[in-house]
Amino acid sequence: MIALLVRDMRLAMRAGGGFGLGLAFFLIVSTLVPFGVGPEAAILSRIAPGILWVGALLACLLSLDRIFQLDFEDGSLDLLATAPIPMEGTVAIKALAHWLVTGLPLTLAAPGFGALMNLQSPGHYWIFITLLIGTPALSMIGAFGAALTVGLKRGGLLLSLLVLPLYIPTLIFGAEAATRGTAGLSALTPLLMMAGITAGSIALLPFAAAAALRINLR
Amino acid sequence: MSLWEFANPVKFMALSGKVLPWVIGLAALTLVPGLIWGFFFTPEATNFGNSVKIIYIHVPSAMMAINIWVMMLVTSLIWIVRRHHVSVRAAKAAALIGVTMTVIALITGAIWGEPMWGTYWAWDPRLTSFLILFLFYLGYMALWAAIENPDTAADLTSVLCIVGSVFALLSRYAVNFWNQGLHQGASLSLDKEEHVADVYYQPLLLCIAGFVLLFVALVLIRTRTELRLVRLHRLEIRERMKDA
Repeated sequence: MIALLVRDMRLAMRAGGGFGLGLAFFLIVSTLVPFGVGPEAAILSRIAPGILWVGALLACLLSLDRIFQLDFEDGSLDLLATAPIPMEGTVAIKALAHWLVTGLPLTLAAPGFGALMNLQSPGHYWIFITLLIGTPALSMIGAFGAALTVGLKRGGLLLSLLVLPLYIPTLIFGAEAATRGTAGLSALTPLLMMAGITAGSIALLPFAAAAALRINLR
Repeated sequence: MSLWEFANPVKFMALSGKVLPWVIGLAALTLVPGLIWGFFFTPEATNFGNSVKIIYIHVPSAMMAINIWVMMLVTSLIWIVRRHHVSVRAAKAAALIGVTMTVIALITGAIWGEPMWGTYWAWDPRLTSFLILFLFYLGYMALWAAIENPDTAADLTSVLCIVGSVFALLSRYAVNFWNQGLHQGASLSLDKEEHVADVYYQPLLLCIAGFVLLFVALVLIRTRTELRLVRLHRLEIRERMKDA
């Protein structure tokens, strides 16, 4: 399993794509929003946590189809299916690899990009914490969506249509926790709800994703 | 004699063919008088004026929109557990009706909201939940449309429906939390059912019954079409195999 994790991360980083592209996309979104809304500091600092969350979510979405697509095309997914690791384990490891190359860098970069949007001082901390807890759920839900659409020729757009509604609860609680934390209110409830979604996704979605993969490999 | 016997497509076709005219007739018998009664023979409400009459379409369609998703969840589960074709075809047939009901509920809600609340749209928990439900319907139907092999499509959409139900429910509560968090107790969400006087309630019940019957009729028609499509597909494959 560790070998699979290392392999996936190496592929993701060397193939040019996933790693840097997600971050660059996130930076561009953070740059474009002030152009769209106007440069007033007060407005920007109020919407900053929400925009950072939406930006991270979209950046995460960009690289989802790579989780299974390439392995499906060159046949390594069939090999993985017959390997001694259960399919659920493969899915979980691939989601983890996706998180390590997209979710984690996004989390680390988000407080820095917050400066572009005049994010106030406790906000950096909160955006980091919420993204750290929330992005694993995004990767896991995304892996499920990728497993559903892996057999399709042009699954990319469909993948977004399937995955984005599933992202809604995570986004609501994550952005709410970040906004409340930044405003100095108690953010414990949304934070715990989001942590619950993350834990539930990691525990249950590998089974659903593995079932979808088995159907697609039939 | 068990219910599962009607999972046999041939038996289902025979029975649904017999039942269908009756259901259509009953739907017409409830919906037409219900709507006429509601629209022309109820007084105007004090605060609502004539706009109250949109309730006879808005409430039943909103109820159906949610219940149809529940029906799809049940039929998808039946497909995954027992692999009855009628079941999953019924889920596919229901999706289009469900999305139509959602759109009707949203549009009539907007039309009603404009004179009452002064806005076509507000990020009220109920409105937001319905928009999210609409997105879930869209995703489900798009997945059906995208996959060529009917059995693969049936399996994958069933998995999506089950996972989607969990997330739809989560979204429902997340939205409630989100809006109360921002606007503390939305003043817009007047609970329509509780405040309705009997004058409006009786035709409303008739309309709800009419919408349920209408849905049953439509889903039977579409399921029959779907089953015929599957059969056609199989026959085509058989013909091609013969030539080869």
